[in-house]
Amino acid sequence: MSERVDHPPLTEPTAWRGVELVVNGRPLTAQVESRLLLSDFLRGRLRLTGTHVGCEHGVCGACTVLVDDVPVRSCLTLTVQCAGTHIRTIEGLTTAGKPLGAVQRAFHDNHGMQCGFCTPGFVMTCTALSEAAERPDEDHIADELSGHLCRCTGYRNIRAAVRQALDETHGKGQTE
Amino acid sequence: MKPGPFDYEAPASLTEAVRLLADQEREAKVLAGGQSLIPMLNMRLARPGLLVDITRVPELSGLYVDEAGHLHVGAAVRQAAAAAAPEVRAGWPLLAGAIAHIGHPQIRNRGTVCGSLVHHDPAAELPAASLALEARFTIVGPGGNRTVTAEDFFVSTFQTAVGPDEILTEVVFPPAPGDGWSFAEHVQRRGDFAAVGVAVALARRQNAMHRVRVVFCGAGPLPVRVPEAESALEGRPLDAEALEGATALAGAALDPPKDVHASAEWRREGAQTLLRQALTEAWERTA
Ligand SMILES: Cc1cc2nc3c(=O)[nH]c(=O)nc-3n(C[C@H](O)[C@H](O)[C@H](O)COP(=O)(O)OP(=O)(O)OC[C@H]3O[C@@H](n4cnc5c(N)ncnc54)[C@H](O)[C@@H]3O)c2cc1C
Ligand code: FES
Ligand code: FES
Repeated sequence: MSERVDHPPLTEPTAWRGVELVVNGRPLTAQVESRLLLSDFLRGRLRLTGTHVGCEHGVCGACTVLVDDVPVRSCLTLTVQCAGTHIRTIEGLTTAGKPLGAVQRAFHDNHGMQCGFCTPGFVMTCTALSEAAERPDEDHIADELSGHLCRCTGYRNIRAAVRQALDETHGKGQTE
Repeated sequence: MKPGPFDYEAPASLTEAVRLLADQEREAKVLAGGQSLIPMLNMRLARPGLLVDITRVPELSGLYVDEAGHLHVGAAVRQAAAAAAPEVRAGWPLLAGAIAHIGHPQIRNRGTVCGSLVHHDPAAELPAASLALEARFTIVGPGGNRTVTAEDFFVSTFQTAVGPDEILTEVVFPPAPGDGWSFAEHVQRRGDFAAVGVAVALARRQNAMHRVRVVFCGAGPLPVRVPEAESALEGRPLDAEALEGATALAGAALDPPKDVHASAEWRREGAQTLLRQALTEAWERTA
C-alpha cells in the first residue's frame, strides 16, 4: 500500500492530476496541481527541505535531485512529469544515526562547504558521479560541477571532496 | 516564481498528442524536456492552458541510423542521451560536440535535441549544427506530415516552421561531410548561452578541403551559413592564406547584433577568431 500525500491548493483554481512515484524508497500517491514544481512538492508537501531553491530557473543547481539516478533541476521539473519515477534527495542518502556515505563524508573531511546552501545540489550530482560505471575524468568532473554555483568555498575543497569520494568508489584515479 | 495554472496530459501515442494539441482555444503547447519552457512558465512569460508532454510517446523515443546511413533523432531523445550514443559519436561528432556546449549536464539530462531546435534561441548551438549538417525536419500536425530543410526550418528568433498545433517528430541527419569538425564558442561563464559561436564540418581528400560547412550562431536572428567562405576553402589545403581569406570573407558576410553581452564589432572579431580556431581544429582532426 502506498501512502497518500496530496498537496494543498495554491491560490488560483487549477487542474489536478494523480501521480504515483517513489521518493527515497517510499512509494507515494498524490493529487497535485499540474503546475506544481518538483522542488515545491519535495519541500512543501513532503517537508524534505534539504533540497534548496535558489533561482528557480535552472542556473544555480541548489535544487538538483536524482530522477531515476540522473541529476536534474527539480525547479525545472513538474511533479506530474515524474509519474512512475524514483526520486532521490539529500535526505535519502544517509539514515539518522548511521555513518555517512562516501560522498557526504568526503565533503565533511575536505571542508567542502561553508554556509551549506549549495551543498545538497553538489552532493546529489557527486552521488551520481560516484555511481557511474567508470571513474569520470577531471574534465568530466569540472563539467558536472559547473552546473552548481557556490558563493562561499571557491570550489577547491569541493573538487578535493569529489576526488576523495571517487577514490573510494572507483579506486585511485588521476590527480591534478 | 511559480507557473500560472495549466492542465497537463502525457499521451501514449502520436495521434493522441496531435489531437490534444489541436485545442488551440486553450493554447495547448508541447512540453518536451521543459528546460526552456518551464523557466518561461516560472517567470510567467508563457501562460498556456494545456501542456502536452510528448516524452512518453513511444514513436518519438528512437535514435537510430537507417539503411541509407541517415541518423534519426526522435523528439523525446534527451540531449545527454544523443551526445553519449555510439552512433552519434562515431558518425556525427559535430552534433555531440555542439551538445557539450549546451548549459550544464543537469540541463542536458532533461532537455531534448528537438526541443532546442524548435525553441530556436538565436544563440543556441543545435540550430547552427543542424544547418551545418544539412538536417531535415519531420513535422506532424492535423494536416499530416511534411519534411522541411534546415534552410526553411528556422524562420526568426524563437520562430520555426513548426506551427502551434504541430510537433517536430524527428530531426534526420544525412551522413556528415567527412571526419573534420569543430564547434567553438565564446562564453563568459561555462554553460552560458554563446555570445557567438561557429560550427565547422569538412572532409579531407588528397590533402585538400572538401564539402566545407561554416555556420555561426549568435550572429543574427537565424544561424548564419557563409557560402563565400566555404567555396573559398573548397579544394585547397588549410594554410595561412586559406585561413586569412576565409576569415576576411566571414567578417564581411556577418552583420551581428549588439546587445548587453557584446557589441557588434566585438562579435564580428570574436566570430573571426573562432573561425580560425575551428577550421584549424577541424583540419587537424582529419589528419
Ligand atoms: C541554465 C540553462 C542553461 C542553458 N544553456 C543553454 C545553452 O547554452 N545553449 C542552448 O542551446 N540551450 C541552453 N539551454 C536551453 C536547453 O537547451 C533547452 O533544453 C532547450 O532549449 C529546449 O529543449 P527542451 O526539450 O527542454 O524543450 P522545452 O523546454 O520542453 O520546450 C521548448 C519550446 O519548444 C517547444 N517544443 C519542444 N519540443 C517540441 C517538439 N518536438 N515539437 C514542437 N514543439 C516543441 C515547446 O512547446 C516550447 O515552446 C539552457 C537552459 C537552462 C535552464
Ligand atoms: S533553484 Fe533550481 S537551479 Fe536554482
Ligand atoms: S557553501 Fe555557501 S554557497 Fe556553497
